[in-house]
Amino acid sequence: MSVFDTVQRVVGNRLSLILIGAMLLVLPLLMTSSFQMRLAVVVWVYAMAAIGLNLLMGFAGQVSLGHAGFFGIGAYSVALGPSQLGLSPALSLPAGIAFCGLLALLLGRPILKLKGHYLAVATLGLGMLIFMILSNEVELTGGPDGMRVPRVVIMGWKVKGTETWYWITGIALLISVWLALNLINSPTGLALRAIHDSEVAASVLGVDVARYKLIVFVISACFASAAGGLLALYNGHITPGVSDFLVSVQLVTMVVLGGMGSVGGSLVGAALIIILPQFLTVMHEYEHAFLGLIMILTMVFMRSGIVPSISKAIRSRRHDSNS
Amino acid sequence: MKKVVKLAALGAALTIAGGVQAADPVRIGAVVSQTGPAAFLGEPAAITLKHYVEKLNEDGGLLGRPVELVLYDDASDANTARTYATRLVEDDEVSAVIGTSTTGATLAMISVFEDAEVPLVSLAAGIQIIEPVNPYVFKTPHTDRMVCERVMIEFSERSFDQVALMTGTGGVGKSVRKECTEQAEKRGIEIIADETFNPKDVDMSPQLTKIKNTPGVDAVFVGGFGQPLAVVSRNYKQLGIEIPQYHSHGSASKVYVEMSDGGAENARVTAPLLVIADQLSEDNPLRPRAVEYTKAFRDLTGEDVSTFGGYAYDALLLISDAIKRADSDDPQDVRDALEATKDLPGVTGMFNMSAEDHLGIDHSSLYMVTVKDSEWVLE
Repeated sequence: MSVFDTVQRVVGNRLSLILIGAMLLVLPLLMTSSFQMRLAVVVWVYAMAAIGLNLLMGFAGQVSLGHAGFFGIGAYSVALGPSQLGLSPALSLPAGIAFCGLLALLLGRPILKLKGHYLAVATLGLGMLIFMILSNEVELTGGPDGMRVPRVVIMGWKVKGTETWYWITGIALLISVWLALNLINSPTGLALRAIHDSEVAASVLGVDVARYKLIVFVISACFASAAGGLLALYNGHITPGVSDFLVSVQLVTMVVLGGMGSVGGSLVGAALIIILPQFLTVMHEYEHAFLGLIMILTMVFMRSGIVPSISKAIRSRRHDSNS
Repeated sequence: MKKVVKLAALGAALTIAGGVQAADPVRIGAVVSQTGPAAFLGEPAAITLKHYVEKLNEDGGLLGRPVELVLYDDASDANTARTYATRLVEDDEVSAVIGTSTTGATLAMISVFEDAEVPLVSLAAGIQIIEPVNPYVFKTPHTDRMVCERVMIEFSERSFDQVALMTGTGGVGKSVRKECTEQAEKRGIEIIADETFNPKDVDMSPQLTKIKNTPGVDAVFVGGFGQPLAVVSRNYKQLGIEIPQYHSHGSASKVYVEMSDGGAENARVTAPLLVIADQLSEDNPLRPRAVEYTKAFRDLTGEDVSTFGGYAYDALLLISDAIKRADSDDPQDVRDALEATKDLPGVTGMFNMSAEDHLGIDHSSLYMVTVKDSEWVLE
């Protein structure tokens, strides 16, 4: 049984990578306009951030209501790097991710000592603080009007156009998925799942709970800042809105809707939250009510999220037909 | 993942169907912030656009074809605004776009219109939108710089050489403070007190006491947005300050006067045209549209006319006028005609566009009014 599970997990991981890769290749053939391609880019970017948050929420069982703050730091780093430090935008992105990781490392230590609602409130405060800094430091960030992000130039080639960004963000998503799956199946991943089930039990078994929580917090912050940086580079202009509290809530919704602890789920969750409003423009007055209804129905009938629920249903049917 | 594919395919099918169905009407796009923190800007704009597109169609549409308004709500978010901008030019294939309500989101949208070569008429105040001039980007609201110019001109005329600034820490207040400091410097007016207030402050006495105790202040200029402006005037009266009180356009609303408990009496306010439309002389070319819009807006909403709705009125007016003159709804022709707009009376001012000026109105479209017995008096 356990051997079968491990085999399935390894194959399953490869399978989800191959599936996502195939989807990336096939989607452009189905798209008729660069508007649809833009939606895909936005989905890939938010999915990256959601996958990072899922590592924290779905595997380590720690909630964060301030992830948009990290998203915002990534976004502003690609704008501030060139304007303040004279870095090239392409270099600013990794620099921003590193800065964000460092910040998460410093702040994570005290914050992660908190549990449950207290942790939620602390991360919420962190996110809001970052939002306030971005909107109030007018001299540095341009305030509520935001600031321009210079285009990436690689050896004289200007990176622009939605199609180019489709491939860049698509590959970034693929790398994120690969990293996340590797982490989940590493000893660290096992330790995280132990923490998720019971912190006491995990520490009795010799898992350094505080250290692993911090590691995953830093990793998920890096995912969010990478996503934010890519979105800023693609859009060419950013406003403090990228780090708004509602974006944090959106990210949490993506994770929960798609399925906690499911990497593919985060992608599905992001796709739903980004694409659905585009279909609901015809009934604008009821848009929010409709979105809410979908969420309620999902939570009632698919309690563990869309992807885990569906795959469980498929598995149990297969099990039935076997026996 | 399959869901994504299905959704995308469905999206493709829908847009193809949409494209065939709507080959006939003249299509005008709009992105406004109907929800979110900027809803106070976007809601009157949406009401105005819907009403006047309906009216255009009652009068026979444009170029003998019906007009279709494709309106999206960006929820006050720059990224969403950019997505809808892409949708408007790529999928809806509109001739021109109106929007959006905030400066940041407009700036995020601009490159979409530049690449697609479709004209955009923004409803946001920021001067960065039209400076430097982008061939495809226009806007209708006057800038904070024009407000400051107007006030500083009056300060020069009355030889107020030493003034105090009292500005909010919100977006509008910050912009007013920056522009007015520059304009004051330009005219040799010295700012000898510079105080700020937060958007939720309920008492401004400390700041005002400081200004009161600064010797030689000739006038106080108050800039910002919303409720705190009334608080300033209320405290002004309570402290018995005699120095002339000037306000930016943020105070040009009846709510400000009512909430100030009489503190607004004798205050000079930089008011947009709509506020004093009924006081303009009968032969003023700006009068008819402004009076008609004031009445129409009250009939529609039961509320006093909104300057923010007026910006949308003017954007639609500019675009429909340009389509008529160009005798075409091709985006490039509409852009050229927009730039050639001459002597078009709108409800914000008289529009005169040129290749160098994509706003087309100047500070003469702002009126200095005095509050007398809780009413606006143009003098």
